[in-house]
Amino acid sequence: MLAIYKKEMRTYFTTPLGYIFLAVALCVSAFAFALTTYYSSDPTSNTTSYFTIMIFLMVIFLPILTMRSFSEERRTKTDQLLFTSPVSIAGLVIGKFLSALTVFLMYVALSLFNLIPIYANVAQNANEPNATIIIGNIMALILVGSCFIAIGIFASTLTENSAVSMIITIGILIVLLFIYFINMLIDLPVLEVVFEWISIYGRFTSFTYGIFDIASLIYYLSLTGIFLFLSERIFQVRRLG
Amino acid sequence: MIEVNSLSRRFGNNYAVDDVSFLIGDGEVVGLLGPNGAGKSTTMNMLTGYLSPTSGEIKIDGVDIFDDPQASRKKIGFLPEQPPLYMDMTVWEYLSFVHELKLCEFNKREHLGEIMGLVKITDVRDKLIKNLSKGFKQRVGIAGALIGNPRIIILDEPTVGLSPEQVIEFRSLVRSLGKKHTVILSTHILSEVQAVCSRILVMNQGKIIADQPTASFKQVVGQNNRFQVKIAGPQKEVQNLLRAIHSVKSVTCDGYRDGDAYTYVVDYTGSVDIRKMMFNELAKRGWPILAMEGVETTLEDVFVQLIKNAEGNGGAKC
Repeated sequence: MLAIYKKEMRTYFTTPLGYIFLAVALCVSAFAFALTTYYSSDPTSNTTSYFTIMIFLMVIFLPILTMRSFSEERRTKTDQLLFTSPVSIAGLVIGKFLSALTVFLMYVALSLFNLIPIYANVAQNANEPNATIIIGNIMALILVGSCFIAIGIFASTLTENSAVSMIITIGILIVLLFIYFINMLIDLPVLEVVFEWISIYGRFTSFTYGIFDIASLIYYLSLTGIFLFLSERIFQVRRLG
Repeated sequence: MIEVNSLSRRFGNNYAVDDVSFLIGDGEVVGLLGPNGAGKSTTMNMLTGYLSPTSGEIKIDGVDIFDDPQASRKKIGFLPEQPPLYMDMTVWEYLSFVHELKLCEFNKREHLGEIMGLVKITDVRDKLIKNLSKGFKQRVGIAGALIGNPRIIILDEPTVGLSPEQVIEFRSLVRSLGKKHTVILSTHILSEVQAVCSRILVMNQGKIIADQPTASFKQVVGQNNRFQVKIAGPQKEVQNLLRAIHSVKSVTCDGYRDGDAYTYVVDYTGSVDIRKMMFNELAKRGWPILAMEGVETTLEDVFVQLIKNAEGNGGAKC
């Protein structure tokens, strides 16, 4: 597992993939930050809308990170080396997941620089930045990000084409996110409860108010777990043919 | 020891491997011979645990490979048909990765150095794999399979795409590996298995149609006694003289004339070498031999013969 983790980290930073992800995601998030705080029509230090926008941007950015994961191994037939090695399939899946998560965490850490101005210029703001809300949002971003990565890895097990894998990932993510908005339009109580329960976005909102919701934490962690488990299953099933 | 019992693998409605059983002892060098699509790669992929069998079992040292996949995979080094190489790594980086992946206990520097020396890739250790020639890529793949010193080495069509010179080098490598390891290699080239293997398994349409030590394989196939000879002399008379030699089965001549010489293909049966006798007869008449060479039996000949044999025995033997 450690071997595959190290190899993946190496691949992220010897190919342009890792740099492109970090550079583009950081640029766009800095831009989004500026627009939602200082340069908004009503300058504010409230970061809630910034983090909400980040979640939606991650739908585009995180699949870049995971699209090659297993697709590329299958395309170049290196999966034959991995799956005949003494490492278990679960170990391979987790190694790949952790490496993508590491790159994502690097992004989150670097994006914290965005927050410096609102602290540096507290006096000029009408309201002080709320640390609880910011920490809650960062946690939520990390949890949502790990779900997205698990879904991306699952999608990459389905195809040997990384572009297809990326499109599948974005498709799944959009459905999971937009269920929340569909929910607003329909009027069936039963469906509403179900939709609210599975909506990634719905769970996110409580964090944006700075409320630490244990049910949401468990939801995100289990969603991540489920997709990693499904990835492992895909290979077991494929082996059986 | 590898024990395979009524192994089958189905893809959709087709059986790629159909009820195959064999036993391979320690230190054997076994050639899996068959045309494309005979089920060689599928068999090898099942031996290495990359594919699961539809039915049947594979045991290594008496343990089913699916009971303890981790332990049995450590005993096997596998080179698939297409070497599983990461093109953007250097040779050293790749081998280090495989070393870690296989949870190998040997000291990395020494072990990899030794293997690189064995397959002669020490000079290219810092080159990117994508910049290597086909032959070198193949060697890096073999090096990967050798890491961890596995007792069993499985090579799937290892000489495809190599130059004749590299093929000869490769054969001597396999022979030296055979001293310490059990080697299973697949190929569709008959002369290759005859050159390196101690035993030949012939596969066709998912079944094993022959399982013989290389030495006795010739007799099974029978038709190996064939050579081509160029003789200066009148075509008809030479042909009649050749036919008159005891145990000659057939003499064919393509009729192409080179000076006053013709080329004949002679088939004979039995174990007595008729070439001396032929030389003496021709010398008596003053018809010199200008050239003579053995004609290699092709895989097709083997199949024709094996299928004939099987029919003679009243059904396929498998």
